[in-house]
Amino acid sequence: MLHLAYLIPLLPLGGFALLAVAGKRIGNPVAGWIATAAVAAAFAMSVIVLVSLFGHAPDARLFTQRWFTWFRVDRLVVDVGLRIDPLSVTMALFVTGVSALIHLYSIGYMEHDEDYAKFFTYLNLFVFSMLMLVLSSNLLVTFFGWEGVGVCSYLLISFWFRRPAAASAGKKAMIYNRIGDGGFLVALFLIFERTGSLDYSTVFARLGRVSTTDLVAIALLLFLGAVGKSAQIPLFPWLADAMEGPTPVSALIHAATMVTAGVYLMCRINPILHAAPDAAHVVAWVGVVTAAVAATIGCAQTDIKKVLAYSTVSQLGYMFLAAGSGAYVAAIFLMLAHAFYKALLFLSAGSVIHALDGEQDLKRMGSLRAFMPLTAGAFFVGWLSIAGVPPFSGFWAKSDVLANAWAVSPALWAIGAATAVLTAYYMGREFFLVFMGDPRWQGARPGGEAPRDPGWVMGVPLVALAACSFLGLFIDLPFHPTWAFLERWLQPVVGASLAVHHFGVAELWGFALADVAFALLGIAVATAVWRVAANRPRLEPRFLLMAWFVDWSYDRFVARPGALVASFTASVVEARFIDGAVEGVARLVRGGAERLRRLQSGYVRTYALAILGGIVIVVTYLVTRAGS
Amino acid sequence: MTIDASWYLTLAAVLFTIGAVGVLVRRNVLVMFMCIELMLNAANLTFVTFSRELNDIGGQVAVFFVLVVAAAEVVVGLGIIVAIYRRRVGATADDPHELRG
Repeated sequence: MLHLAYLIPLLPLGGFALLAVAGKRIGNPVAGWIATAAVAAAFAMSVIVLVSLFGHAPDARLFTQRWFTWFRVDRLVVDVGLRIDPLSVTMALFVTGVSALIHLYSIGYMEHDEDYAKFFTYLNLFVFSMLMLVLSSNLLVTFFGWEGVGVCSYLLISFWFRRPAAASAGKKAMIYNRIGDGGFLVALFLIFERTGSLDYSTVFARLGRVSTTDLVAIALLLFLGAVGKSAQIPLFPWLADAMEGPTPVSALIHAATMVTAGVYLMCRINPILHAAPDAAHVVAWVGVVTAAVAATIGCAQTDIKKVLAYSTVSQLGYMFLAAGSGAYVAAIFLMLAHAFYKALLFLSAGSVIHALDGEQDLKRMGSLRAFMPLTAGAFFVGWLSIAGVPPFSGFWAKSDVLANAWAVSPALWAIGAATAVLTAYYMGREFFLVFMGDPRWQGARPGGEAPRDPGWVMGVPLVALAACSFLGLFIDLPFHPTWAFLERWLQPVVGASLAVHHFGVAELWGFALADVAFALLGIAVATAVWRVAANRPRLEPRFLLMAWFVDWSYDRFVARPGALVASFTASVVEARFIDGAVEGVARLVRGGAERLRRLQSGYVRTYALAILGGIVIVVTYLVTRAGS
Repeated sequence: MTIDASWYLTLAAVLFTIGAVGVLVRRNVLVMFMCIELMLNAANLTFVTFSRELNDIGGQVAVFFVLVVAAAEVVVGLGIIVAIYRRRVGATADDPHELRG
């Protein structure tokens, strides 16, 4: 059954092709169902492949499927094909699974949109690109998927392109990603130069020939790509702006596709990171600093989706912390858990926005618990999960990350732990502002009907994701080696990387209790502060609201000087030098002609005189020369 | 009695100069035309002179060619001149100077 793997990316591609050609004619809502069915079928295929992979011995769970040769230039042969191993199948499984739920939810969320079919066309293309990214057997094809999700994110973030904010947010995502993509490309050149191949298996087999310096350079350049795609410091502001897209898109970008690509890449190239520990340290530190900074920003945002956006940045930071600490299993575990609870949180937020007719300001919500019990419950589960309250999946994943960070450096652990407190706090703040307290939305909706829970199309994904957020704990349990399913499953790819096994029982309990204490501390503070009052300006300083002025300073010190240079070249260089050169030539010719035409007077005698003068000169020359 | 060749050549030079000056200074087109003929025949005289001096028939052949070409040129030239005179009475060579660049 493994050969069926080719259907996993091809089904969404087929859905995309069908909708691109005939989407408008198929219309609402059938187009949405077709797209959902394509992704759901891809999910079913992933399950089939997963099950058949179980039928092989752990060390023999690597299959490559060659489709065709993309191109061949001298030594460079690029084959398009799939690499089926535990890591890629895990990614395919959760990408298709979460995407299918988000597709289903979108059928309800986008029902009134005029570009309904176009939306699902883009969504299917997005899923296809992401699947090519994770399943490809070749770095260049991975890069193809990498660019594909970039393009789709641009299309979807600026989906409501008539709003200037959405259009510019799409451009911003594209530009920030370009910076990272530059790093990725240079890394590809370097890898090919040093190993003579771009195929994963060949590259990993030839790593021994590459010097450590080159490996560090390759790892850091690939990490630059991951920083752009996964919105780490310093390339994170685009992710907050990406909230301008429809909420299902935010969920898709944040939970299932796009931003997790960077973490996947780091796990995929684990042999390189392993051989370049300096680069791994950089990854871990960038990750943990991003986690902390983004968490502080999340504490002060007033847009329901921006809080979630910065929380994603923060959680991605955790994943890079894990990957940089060598705990790839923990990174993937957190990625899975995060996919569930972040999709859940986004879709709940989407339900709230949907019910309040597009209201996104936290200050104009409140008390919705009574009107939207299902949504409130879903959000509550997501909150506890992301905060790291046992037994929700977030607790187990985050504990793994923090324990492994401790094994590398206690400083990493300390920052990560502080971030955990902040995480519990800002999500609690959001929960209380949206669902508890006094209703502050009535003034904005005079005479409107009361907000209520969405229909089943949007409700089913919420329940399913809430269940996953809870059941996610069974993916990887630390109690006994045989229960650590994910770890054993991924071992052929990433090796036995977890540091947890080096700790004694007492240490493990210590970590677990500490994690619980951090989560409860954050929740307690949030409860004490935000349960009663919705407005506390001192806890929402402008510095944090403006995201540490990072975006502002990019605008001030990069964008505006760039615009100045552009306007300078447009008004001065273009007008004076380039146009000047062109017009100068024209003026020279015209002026010369103006003078030359005086010679042609029209008087025959002048011409005759000129001829005579010419003859005299020639004859004189000939005579004198003959004489000499 | 033989006349020295230098006389012929001097005469030819004088005729040529008269022709050249005539073309340059006169404005009557017919007179200018006659001056051109004068120059052509000055050249012919030189040809014939040298032909006789050097006993080379080639010079006299060249004269025939010049005469034929001159006859053709007279036809074209007089045609143009008549056409100009038809348009304006008493035209000079300076009148059609609107042909300037």
